[in-house]
This record gives sequence, C-alpha cells and structure tokens, in this order.
Amino acid sequence: MKILALFHTQDDGSLPKAALEVLTTAMAIKEQTGGTLAVGILGQGAANAAETVAGCGAESFLTVGSEAVAQARYATDTAAATALIRDSGAELVLAPGTARFARCLPGAAHRTGAQIDTHIVSVKAEGGQVQAQRWFYRQRILGTFSRAARPWIMLADAGVNMPWHGASGAASPKEVAVGFSDADLRTSVTGVRSPAADAQTIKPDAALLFVAGAGWTKKQKDGQFHIAEAGVLIQDFLIKAKSSLGSSKSLVDLQSEGQETLNFMTHMNQVGQTGSTPRHAKGLSACCHGEEPHAVGWRFINERRAINLDPNCGWAQGKADVVYVGDAFEIMAKVNALLS
Amino acid sequence: MTDGFQIVVCGSLVPDPLQTLEPLTTPQGPGLKNELMLPSVLDPWSAHALFEAANLAKQIAGSKVYLVSLGPKAKLQQLMMTVAQKVPFELVAIDGSASGFTDAHEAAAVLAEAVAAIPGLDKNRLLVFGGCASASRDAGVTMQLLCERLAIRDFFAGVDEIKVKPDSSFEVLERIEGGQYQVSVCKGAPAVLAWATGNLPEPPNNPQVGMVNMRGVMPALMKAKPSKVGTGGIAYEKTEVPAQKRATRIVKDVGADQIAAEIVEWIKQ
Repeated sequence: MKILALFHTQDDGSLPKAALEVLTTAMAIKEQTGGTLAVGILGQGAANAAETVAGCGAESFLTVGSEAVAQARYATDTAAATALIRDSGAELVLAPGTARFARCLPGAAHRTGAQIDTHIVSVKAEGGQVQAQRWFYRQRILGTFSRAARPWIMLADAGVNMPWHGASGAASPKEVAVGFSDADLRTSVTGVRSPAADAQTIKPDAALLFVAGAGWTKKQKDGQFHIAEAGVLIQDFLIKAKSSLGSSKSLVDLQSEGQETLNFMTHMNQVGQTGSTPRHAKGLSACCHGEEPHAVGWRFINERRAINLDPNCGWAQGKADVVYVGDAFEIMAKVNALLS
Repeated sequence: MTDGFQIVVCGSLVPDPLQTLEPLTTPQGPGLKNELMLPSVLDPWSAHALFEAANLAKQIAGSKVYLVSLGPKAKLQQLMMTVAQKVPFELVAIDGSASGFTDAHEAAAVLAEAVAAIPGLDKNRLLVFGGCASASRDAGVTMQLLCERLAIRDFFAGVDEIKVKPDSSFEVLERIEGGQYQVSVCKGAPAVLAWATGNLPEPPNNPQVGMVNMRGVMPALMKAKPSKVGTGGIAYEKTEVPAQKRATRIVKDVGADQIAAEIVEWIKQ
C-alpha cells in the first residue's frame, strides 16, 4: 500500500505538532501493511521542513513551497494538495486535522476522486484492511469503519498520538510543480487577528481547562450580581493555574443578547455542541449546569471536577469525577490565594 | 456595490441535543433508535449561517436568502413550523435521509444539484452558506465538496464574520487554532462560507415572517425531490456509545478552605 503523510508548514516554516503525531501513525500503518511511505509538505519553507523529518524512513519526500502557498488559502492549498496526492500515487493519505487542512483537503479529495474522513481518532491495518474510528453526533457515538475506495484521505484529530521524534538530515525533496491560475488568487490572506497577549484565554497546550457557566452572571446569595468580581476571579485563576478557558453556550449567548456578562468571553471559548471539544489532561467547571459542556465539551478531558451549588445536578453526576458542593465565588477566591 | 446577493444556506435537521442517542443497525446501515420520533432542531451551525445570511440580506438591497434542506419530508415540515418564524427565506426541500451516518460525498452531490437548479441563479451574485460541520455527521467536509461541485474557487471555514465592502469584495474572519482569526479579503461572489457561530443572537419568533415563509414552504415540501443519500462507500463495522458513566464523588458540607486546598493539590499533581 502506498501511504502519503501529508503536512503543511507553519508561519515559521516548522511542522505543527499535529503533523508529527500523524507521522507516528503513518509509520505504524506502513509497518502493519508492509507498504511504502512518502511525505508530502506544502507551505513556506516546505523543503527545509522535509529535512527535519528526514529520519522517519520515508521512501520519498515531495514538496510544494512556492509563493502561492505561503498563505493558507483554500484555492491554492487545494491545488497544491491535489498535486502532491497525484504525484505520490498514494492509496492512503494521512494528514493532521488542522484548520488549514480541514479547510482545503475535502476539496483535494474531490479533485483526486478520493474519499475523505475527518476527526479520525484511531487508524490501524489488519490483514490488509485499514480500519478507522471517529465520533458521530458530536462525540456521542463512536463508529468503526472502513472504505474500499482509494485514495482514502484521513484527517486525524490532534492529541491522539505521540509526536514523532527522530533525526533530521538530507531529505532531497522533489518540488512538485503546480499550475496556479488567477482564479486561485482571488482571495488574499491579510493577517491573523489574535487577542491581546494578556487576553489570550484559549491555550490548547494547557494541562487544565477551566469551564465557566452562566451561574457566574446570576444573582448571588446576597441578591446582587457580581459579574465584575467573577471576571477578576476567573482571569486571576487562568493566569495562576496556566489554564485554558472554556465556556458554556448559555454564558456566551448572554453576551450576544446584549446582557452584561464576562467581557473576555467569546463564542471562541464555547465548548460543547456548537463549540469545541478540546483535549486537556484535567478539567474544572464552575457554575455550569448544561449537558453539553459536560457530555460533549468534556469528552476528551481525562480528569474532571466541578464546583456546583446543587449536589444532584444531573449533568455533573456521572460525568465528573468529583463534584464540590459550594459557592464558586468563595472557593475560587481561596484557590487563587493558595496558587499565589 | 453589488445588486444584491443570492445567499443559499444549506442546513438540515439534527436530533435535539438534549436527546439521548442510541445507535442500532438497520438494513441501510447504522441508524438511531426511534430516529423518526426524536425531536429535531435545525442544525446549530447551519442555524447561525441562516441568521447571518438574513442579516446580510437585510444590509444589501436586492439580496435574497434560500434555505436548501435535505431531510425526511415529514420532519422538515415540523422543523419549518419554528424555523420559518425566524427570518425570511425561500425553502428548497430535498426528501432524503438526514442521518449522521450518511456519506458526505453523497449529500454534497444532492445539495449541489439542488443549488444549481434554483431558478434564476446568478453565480456572480452567489454566496453559499452552511455550518462548518453538522451536529450529526460532524465531518466538516460537505461544504467544500459542494464548493467543488459548483466550480467555486473561494471557500472559508469556521467563519464568524463577513464584511462586504463598497466594491463588493468582502473581508472574512475564519477561526484558526489557539483562539485566533485568519483575516482574508475575497474579490467578491461567488464564494462558499462554512460558518461557526457568527456573532448574532437567535432572532425572536416573528409570526408575520412565519406567515410569509409558510406560503412558500408548503409548496416547496410538496415538490421536494426524493433522493437516495446513504452510507456510500463506508462499511461500518461497529457503532457504539462507550460507557462513560463515572463514579462521581460528591464533596459537600465541607468548608471552602478545604475544598480549595484539595483543588489546588489536584491541579499541582
């Protein structure tokens, strides 16, 4: 079986960690099938990036490093990925499920007549048959499946495999020619908008995820709102615990409905049905009563604890390892003091 | 400025997120227990796309919104009783499976055929909207496959904002890793945008909008074309709900000091 591990570079020319995780999988599939492995890389500095994974044992390295793919743009990325897949003659294409590839590889699948599946959490080959696993219905049902059609493109979720570590060296990559048309350049990427450094609350590599619910914005036991105080407590905790911040849908919805709420919280923080399903070692939720943050948003959180006023909260029971019954304002203030 | 956009929103129904889902095997492949009885909602990300489409249409004179929806006709009819009250649109219904186990390639083919068949479609004014993924299949590939089938070159994923400029070009914010946005400028329609949540709240029900929409909804449902969207080339080995119940330890009647100390110790482990 011909396997292509397909990657893109980052702005600094390096490969993302998710790519190295996929390389681990690709090498395992090569071993299991007795197939051949090619590494394809697109983006700025692709040839240099190939050198960094030269020790992976791939038979060939293919790159598209032209100016057109310096930008993460659908049309040019799709054309480049199509060229790499065609040139490799791959039957199985393994790629990281980054935002850039999630955008363009379905288009490349169409152009190469390939089938595509995303959010792959496991792939293995037995008796020549490749089998994959992914979640359906937003992390509620786990499916195991295969496809007979080739090429078959799989985008793997980040964080499910160990990243490859190995020697760099001379990869002698082949630069694949791609004919970009004017129509491919109708869109220009003008930049990246990041939150201010001190307002960066989404940290995918953090060990801990803190999920805040709408309870922070409700009247507290003195009959008053304490939204400003909640904001200070949460932001203080994020800094001291080096935690990433998640939110329930109801909390971010309050903001879009024009109600006063936590001004640093956006839909980007939302976990659950219409939010993300991040992977962190630990998760702590407070004032959160919905099913979605606990069942869907926490699917890939290993250790889960919750602070809740209601010991019988049905959505935390059975989904969290520990539920602390108490006032989140009081507890988090003391947590912050201890972390100082 | 453009004469207005033709905004085609692709969105279908999914089981209400609060429902417990149990997979089972049917002759057509995997399905859900009591699937036809489960209450449905408009797929959440598609719903955001629809609200953003209506908002854009309101800002740009001459624009019109279409909703192309693939699902079992009877369930689409139920769904429209609520969705039709939200924003003005013309429905294009396709009678077929909305199961999360169907193949995105087949769904995209059916949707592309329905979009291309919209009378008076002008590709130079066409914006195709949809969710960045569905809450059922959750693949995030259907809109790109549709984009290719419609021979459109510009696609944006995880969109939270579109700003149309006086020369009809537009700026798009796409979600990327780490809570950041990629900012792009596209020369203009046609383009396909797969939306994340956008920035708009769910519009309140408007019975007047509902009455106007329903005049078109019923005929659209009557002439909904049957389509055989299935599992395509996917051979399912197993679908299961893994055991996820945890033995939750409840800590109550304990002071905040003690709880805080335990949490901090756990964080530091």
